[in-house]
Amino acid sequence: MLSDIATPGPAARGRTRRERDGSHEYGRRWGWRAGVGYALAAITALPILWLLITALKPASETFSMSLGPWTLDNFSYVLTRIPMPRYLLNSAIVSIAVTFIALVFHSMAAYALARLRFRGSALMFNLIVATLMVSLPVILVPLFLIVRAMGLIDNLWGIIVPGIFNAFGIFLLRQNFLGIPRELEEAATIDGCGYWGRYWHVVLPLGRPILVSLGILFFLANWNAFMWPKTILSTQELWMVQQGLASMQGQYGSDWNYITAAAMIIALPTMIMFFFGQRALVNSIKTSGLK
Amino acid sequence: MAILVDRALEDEDEDDTGRSWRGRVSARQRRETAVGWAFMLPDAIGLMIFVVLPIIVALAVAFFSIDGFGQARFVGLDNFVRMGSDPLLVNSLAVTLIYAGCYVPLVFVAGLALALLVQRPFPGIGIVRTLFFLPNVMSLVVIAILWQFMLTDKTGFVPRGLSTVGLGDISWLGNPTYALAAIIMISVWFQAGYQMLLFLGGLGDIPNEYHDAAKLDGAGWWQRLFWITLPLLKPTSFFIAVTSIIGAVTGMQAFDLVFVLTKGGPANSTMTMPFYIYQQAFSYNDYGYAAALTTLLVGVLVLAVGVTFAATKGARFHAE
Repeated sequence: MLSDIATPGPAARGRTRRERDGSHEYGRRWGWRAGVGYALAAITALPILWLLITALKPASETFSMSLGPWTLDNFSYVLTRIPMPRYLLNSAIVSIAVTFIALVFHSMAAYALARLRFRGSALMFNLIVATLMVSLPVILVPLFLIVRAMGLIDNLWGIIVPGIFNAFGIFLLRQNFLGIPRELEEAATIDGCGYWGRYWHVVLPLGRPILVSLGILFFLANWNAFMWPKTILSTQELWMVQQGLASMQGQYGSDWNYITAAAMIIALPTMIMFFFGQRALVNSIKTSGLK
Repeated sequence: MAILVDRALEDEDEDDTGRSWRGRVSARQRRETAVGWAFMLPDAIGLMIFVVLPIIVALAVAFFSIDGFGQARFVGLDNFVRMGSDPLLVNSLAVTLIYAGCYVPLVFVAGLALALLVQRPFPGIGIVRTLFFLPNVMSLVVIAILWQFMLTDKTGFVPRGLSTVGLGDISWLGNPTYALAAIIMISVWFQAGYQMLLFLGGLGDIPNEYHDAAKLDGAGWWQRLFWITLPLLKPTSFFIAVTSIIGAVTGMQAFDLVFVLTKGGPANSTMTMPFYIYQQAFSYNDYGYAAALTTLLVGVLVLAVGVTFAATKGARFHAE
């Protein structure tokens, strides 16, 4: 859970030590904070819980306030009667491909920017910082025209290739690699490592935590992407999960038992990734730009 | 962003190798340049084609009329002149400004309040923090589907709940008065947990000694909030304000939520600029006008960020 990660810094550590001494474990008057916290957390989580319950109920109970009876029929319908497995496969292929290639390219670029002194490095770094603010809606139209000119419309490569290049990832890795002690690389040089050896045997292993964090962020971003797949994929066999879910609105307009089941299936991988990768994910968010 | 830029520039200053380039370039330096570019190459090419080139093309396309088959015709300033007589543009500009104007302060206060609430431990705090953040890991499409279901007229969870206080007949997504408000509240619900994490990071960097000293001087909770916490949080606050403005004006949330929940309606009351631009480009195949509208939107964004920057002096005045 987020308890041990979310209060960093010397101040927090100092307090924890005092708490371990035993005088007041949670500070004074923690009762009302806990009460408000539980209430707000319940309000935040309730809609998600209700979505899950609805997905588990038969169609006749969709709009009743009852909590049951439960059935898995909606899930099996979504997985067998609509091409949901196909959407899941397409999304998995794209998300994993983008994440993997992006981590390789960005870590190489970040290593060059953090460690190598070369003509043009300042220019590249400034360019990366300048493009941090550019979001997809801003370049949607020209990007569509460019990808169309490359013949990648209605093609999963048209999602994967543009999805790889992301200034934020390079920036975050570069800031992180700056913190790797130079002595380790010098030691590797003495052992006969060249540039590639230092990148491969020193920087990548030491950068593992940030690479894992960034990998989770990339996977989530691609799995959750809607606008770009919606813009360039028209053949239904190529659709990705978010597009498939949004399209159910028209086709299954009032069959909320199916739509909620599909929404839960699509959200499940992101939630699993969140619960298992929480520490890594939270760390990368908190270090994004501020540290 | 300014924080990022400044820090980056400081880094450049620290290793002042830039000057040596003008002198004799040794073989080692030449080799390092070659290696550096080899490492940079895949990303450098990709960023050029898929980020920098689109920005240039966007500016160029705004001066053309492009049809669905890709035939371009130079039309000069026509696309910009047309903006002057486009009532839908005025409408969607207003929607985006209202959306950003409500969303940014609300998500800021909500994120800060949540962070202050869960900054210090109480039993089960890990679960509480996790639940606050949970909406943010789901996709905007799932979020939109979820709320469309919850807000279904009369029979949905929310109208049913509100009917106990006599407000059950409100059509949240079908009434122009409420639809945008609903989308703003959903956006806040989605993003508050993320802002909470950023604020927790900032709060963790404030030394406890400051609070202890203020307590000795008899300062109450509110006094410490306004005289210690908020001034020391300024870099974090500035970062959150700027990123929320970007998210509200040109982010996915202004498109995905609208697309699934309302398609811009009812009566264009939720037609944000990103959604209007998408319509112009991909419903009417009017890429030129869409590109011109995008340049206008970027202008609005730069203006909003600039005003924030000027109003807070780049979040630096705490250091004076």
